[in-house]
Parts: sequence; C-alpha cells; structure tokens
Amino acid sequence: MSVPRGDVFLAGVGGQGTLLASEVLCDALLLSGFDVKKSEVHGMAQRGGSVTTHLRFGPKVYSPLIEPGKADLLIAFEKMEALRFAHYLRPGGAMVVNAQEIFPPSVATGQERYPQDVAERLRAVTDRLHMVDALAAALSMREVRTVNIVLVGAASHFLPLPEAAYEEALKARLPEKFVAVNVQAFRAGRALLQPALLQ
Amino acid sequence: MSVLVKKEEIRLLSGNEAIARGAFEAGVKVASGYPGTPSTEILENFVRYEGVYAEWAPNEKVAVEVAIGASMGGVRALATMKHVGVNVAADPIFTASYTGVRGGLVIVTADDPELHSSQNEQDNRHYAVAAKIPMLEPSDSFEAKEFTRLAFELSEKYDTPVFLRTTTRISHAKGVVRLEEPAGPAFPPGFTPDPAKWVMLPVNAKRRHVVVEERTKALREFAETWDGNRIEWGDRSLGIITSGVSYPYVKEAFPEASVLKIGLAWPLPERLFREFAAGVSRIVVVEELDPHLETHVKTLGIPAQGKELIPIVGELDPRIVRQAITGEAISVRAPETVPPRPPNLCPGCPHRGLFFALKKLKVTVTGDIGCYTLATLPPLGAMDSCICMGASIGNAHGMEKALGPDGAGKVVAVIGDSTFLHSGVTGLMNVVYNRGISTVILLDNDITAMTGAQENPATGKTLHGEPTRRTDLPALCRALGVEHVYTVNPHDMKQTEKVLRREVARPEPSVIITKAPCALLPEHRRKKRPVYEVIADLCTGCKACSRLGCPAIEWVPFTPEESVAAGKKARQKGMSRISPLLCDGCNQCPPLCKFQAILEKKS
Repeated sequence: MSVPRGDVFLAGVGGQGTLLASEVLCDALLLSGFDVKKSEVHGMAQRGGSVTTHLRFGPKVYSPLIEPGKADLLIAFEKMEALRFAHYLRPGGAMVVNAQEIFPPSVATGQERYPQDVAERLRAVTDRLHMVDALAAALSMREVRTVNIVLVGAASHFLPLPEAAYEEALKARLPEKFVAVNVQAFRAGRALLQPALLQ
Repeated sequence: MSVLVKKEEIRLLSGNEAIARGAFEAGVKVASGYPGTPSTEILENFVRYEGVYAEWAPNEKVAVEVAIGASMGGVRALATMKHVGVNVAADPIFTASYTGVRGGLVIVTADDPELHSSQNEQDNRHYAVAAKIPMLEPSDSFEAKEFTRLAFELSEKYDTPVFLRTTTRISHAKGVVRLEEPAGPAFPPGFTPDPAKWVMLPVNAKRRHVVVEERTKALREFAETWDGNRIEWGDRSLGIITSGVSYPYVKEAFPEASVLKIGLAWPLPERLFREFAAGVSRIVVVEELDPHLETHVKTLGIPAQGKELIPIVGELDPRIVRQAITGEAISVRAPETVPPRPPNLCPGCPHRGLFFALKKLKVTVTGDIGCYTLATLPPLGAMDSCICMGASIGNAHGMEKALGPDGAGKVVAVIGDSTFLHSGVTGLMNVVYNRGISTVILLDNDITAMTGAQENPATGKTLHGEPTRRTDLPALCRALGVEHVYTVNPHDMKQTEKVLRREVARPEPSVIITKAPCALLPEHRRKKRPVYEVIADLCTGCKACSRLGCPAIEWVPFTPEESVAAGKKARQKGMSRISPLLCDGCNQCPPLCKFQAILEKKS
C-alpha cells in the first residue's frame, strides 16, 4: 500500500519501548524523503501509565498532533491500550495490536476485571484489525525487550517504505551489539502478518 | 560521545535537541539548569558537544546565577528549566534584566500546558512582560534551533537576557532541523569591571532601569520588522493571530486563512497588528493558556475574538481550534470505556516499601515533587499534600505550629534526595531554628528519578559523567542541627516501620533517610536479582500482597467453580500471581504473606 501521507498513532504502557519504536519509524520515514513530525510525552506518564506517540508524515506536515478520527494506522503495544485510543483511528484505518495483557492497578489489585471482550470491541471499530503475539516472538528470540521492534515489523506492511529503510534506521539508532537481534525482531514481526491477508 | 558536525545536514530533532544544537552553534560555553519536564533533554544533549561545559545546578536560581556569571565573564551562557523553575529563579532574572549581559545570556522556560508532568500550567509569557525581557517563541524544532541562535545575537546586540519559551509539544515533538556551522561571539572572554552595570546598588539600578525602558522601545522596533513576526496573507475573511505551537494547529485547521504569526512573544509590535487588522474582516487570536496576545491586540483598540472561543485551560490541537472558530461540532467515535491506567511506582521501587510502612502509622503526610508523589494513588494512598519543590518540610512545620500539642507526632514530611537539595534544606533549617518537632523522611534513591535519572550533588557524578564529591546527606542534616538522623533500608518494611514509629513520637526534629537505589538505574538493573513467584497451592487469596500496589503482582479472579477445580474453597475469589517479566526481586512482598506462598523462583 503506498500513501503519500499518513498519521500513525502508537499506544502502549510506559516501559514497553514505544519511544524507540517511534524513533525507528521516524528515521526510516525521514531516510525515505518524507517530512515527519512526532510528538510524545515524557516524565510522569512514563511510570507504567498509558503512553502515546503521534507520528505524522507527508510532503509537508504542520501539526505534531493527530486529531481523533484521523489516524491511518494504530499500533498498540498492549491489547487494552488499543481500545483506549481506538477513537483516534479513521474509518477504515488499520490496527496492529499486540495481544499481550498488562494489568493496570485497578485490575492487578482485583478492583475490576481486565475486559474480556477487547478483540470483539476492536473488530467493531475496524475490520482491518491485526492481532499479533509480539511477546511470544520476542521471547522466542530470548530478548523480551524486542517486543517494540517486532511490532514495528508487523506494522511495516502498512507503511510505504522498503524493508531496507527500517534496517538502516535500526543500525543508525542502536548500539552495535543490539542491531542484529533487533533486525531479527523486525523480520520476525514482519513475518507475523502475511501480505496476502492484508487489505 | 560527541555529535558529529557536518555542513548543511538535515536532522530530525526534538525541540529540546534543536535548542541544544542551536546553543552549540551559537558558541555557548557554559550551560546550567535543573532537570524538569519538559526541559530536561536540552542539557543532556548539549553536554555531548565538543568543547562545552554544562552542569546540573541544585536548583534553577543557582543555574541562572551561574549563567549570569558566565555572561559577565564574556562567554555565551544558557540556563534551562521548566516553567515552575522560573519561579525559583525569578530573583536573579529580574535584576539580570537591569544589568544586561556581556556574553549572550539565554534562559529557556519550558512550559507545560495540559500539565503532562507538572503541578500547575502557568503561562510564562507573563514573566517576559514583568521582567521586561524579550521572549522568543518557536513553533517547531526548525525554529527552535534558529531562534536559539538568534536569541544569543539579540542578547548581545540589545544588552539583555533573552527568554526562549517552549511548550511540551515543542520540546518533545520532533521535526526537521537544518544544521549549520558553529559561530561564537565576536569578542574574547574576560571580565571588565563596570560597577555602574554590574553592581545593583540603588543608585546604579535606578539608572539601569532607564536603560531597560529604552531597550524595550528598541526591541519593539525590531519586532515591527523582523520576519519571525510576519503576515501570511490568504483569505481576507478570516485573520488569525497566533504564536508558538498554536501556529501549526492553525495552519492545519485553516490552511486558507490569513495569519499573523508572532515569533517574538515580547515586546509585541504595534504597526504590524494594525496592518493585519486593516486587511482582514474578522480577527481571532489563537493561543494556548492566557490571553497574552489578545490583551495586547485589544489594548490597541483592535476588535478581536479570543478566549471567548479558544479554551484557556489545557493545550490546543487542530480539532479544538477548528471547532472553536467554526462552531461546527465534528463527530468522531466516542472513546471506549476501559479501566484507567495511571502512572504507578515501578516494580522494585524502594519508595513503595516506605509508603506501605508509613500508611500504617495513620499520620498526615506532607509530600513533595518526585516519583513518590505517585504514592498518593491507591492502593498506597499515603500522601496528603504536594505544592512545589521543597514545600513538604515547611508544610509539615506550619501544620504542626497550627495544630499545637494536638499535632505532635501526627505530621510527617516526605521529600526526595534531589528535591531536598533543591529547596528542602532551608525548610529543615527552619524547623530546627524555630523549635519544630517535624519528622522528615528523606527518600534517597541516589538519582533525580522522575525526570529520567539525572545526577545531583548527592550522587557523586556530574552531568559530564565525571566523579565528584558527594553531598553527605546525614552530615548535612546534622550540620543543620538535627540530632536524630537515621538511615534505613525501605525494602525492609518491618525495620522501617519500627524507626518511623519511634521518630514520629519523638518531640524533637528528626530525619529518617530511606536509602536504596532507584530500580531503573542501570547499575541496579545489571545486578543479578531473584524473581519471586506465588505458589498457587498455598495462596488463600487474602490480598495482603496486593495492597503493595506493585505492578508485578496480578490478581487472578476465580469463579466458585474454578476455585473448587483448583482445589480451593468455593468462597476463595481468586489468587495472586507474580509476573516474571515485571518482578524486580525487591523482596518487599514475601514477608507480607502469612502463608509463605511467595517464594524465590527456581530458574
């Protein structure tokens, strides 16, 4: 799928590495000649809270923020976070969602239950829902911290960039000793979704 | 690590990275600041450049004083802080406005509309007006770098400190920046004595005030002609006056409209506003927070709409701007209802142990600014106030004086190591001096944690990563006159509680230092740590461990059938589980389990 511009919304839980994932996406987009703007929040929210990144690319981008109902792609690092920010997706937009569940305090302490119907509710938002098990893929590489790059790999099917752009971005961004495992994570993530299944 | 410098290179930088780059290109030699979201990354990036000096000061006042001294010494100097940091630094800033500068002096104020990580959302453009200091306001990373360079030139040309104001969406948004070669000031370093300029005795300051007023007039003339204040003519039926991050929102929402973009938030031009007003049929001022531009426009007698349409609270975005001006409600899908996910203390956080113990004492806890402010949230719920950096100690002392003998042993102040050194020391001095009896708990996790792990005077390392002398916290407290200073390991909650009870009851000031490193420190993460697990057969579902509020401890609810199937009593509603991915091995939870169900996991 080739688009001249796009709004990508990333949602996750503080500590999951959404920041690195969005950096890699930005670098890959910039290397491919797009104007890019990205916005996220640092500080207190990062301590295990909901974290989001707004990433926009095109020939010329003004606002660093995506409006609700305008995102072309939502990449969620945690299942329930996909639902929390589902209203940012435009009608017909695509979602790549990590099936991993991380309990928020109210669930972890037994005050309320983790919603059991997340997948159904997400499907009601878009029929272009792609649920992947990025945690299992990362664990199979014995590096749990690569969940973020596995998701970048899965999401890469929805962005107008060649694979080489991501790998180049990873090489530029990461210390050398982490490049190989992250390139592997990217490829594993990309292999989680078969292009034929994608609309 | 040095950042490579190439000619005419294009980079994607955050606003903070762009300011650091701009300061480097401007030849800044000395930079000082105190970490605070969203300003922190400016100095963290600046320090990586070759040939610069940068430091974390204990607070923003010291940072500005250091920068003023460097400017007096004839080099370009930078001070960085978040919006509320300017409150702390206001004293030197207001008089630096009178003295002016030698080397260019720029003060960055990073404001936080929407309070992403702050205790208020004050609009620091008021400081520019009040201190009579010019203020540049970039609209994206590109301008952040260009304006930083310009700020140093203006500072020297007009003999004034210059404010550079960002907001969170400038500081933490990334955009394309054009890198250039560094170029410093056209004079060598060196201090030239000039008492009439540098010694602000009333007689001198009186004369400098006249200079300040003349300077503002000259800068207003600059504001009329500088192309950073510019009219972008479009459709003349709608004219929008805007600045900062609101400019890209306006361009996004109203690409056809005529726009007056203001890059210098103070002093403001007059003729330019009149020219714009004459050319459009309707004027709307779009700015975040207070009506700064709007008030000026209206003072000129120009009819305009502003805060009656644009929210005064929180940050804007293109949708808010569009709806406010057109009045059209754009329907989007309503957000789904899901359990909230507020920030939480990390697994293995030493603060959790302290607050768990503290909660049992049922005392009033005056709090402070840091990760530990999160202990306010359930299930810990162990903090009663949080005002500003260092406030906890003064608050506790004041409350004790208010309550008299009834308050004895019922109020405790809680403050972090960096916050204590920032502005808690004087509060503690006051307790001792004024015969207070407060118990002060000093949470020493060996780092400034909330802002992402910055060094401070008690960590033994500088911003450049060099080893240095540590401020000895117990010795400092004793030097202030506190006789009872005790250090405990907050992960050992039993011992911590014992010391707490003893010191709270003591009718004298005391300091309890809870000493354990932040769980996010790389040195800690590299250590081999155990991982704990809940033995399912032993867990009775009593939830004693859940009350810690540790993210690694998860509650697994049971139906009565599931309970019986698991060999439990039908009325057991669930059991605890420890996530091996999250457990930090802090050993806080095992002693809480009366059934010895939490054991070290065998690998």
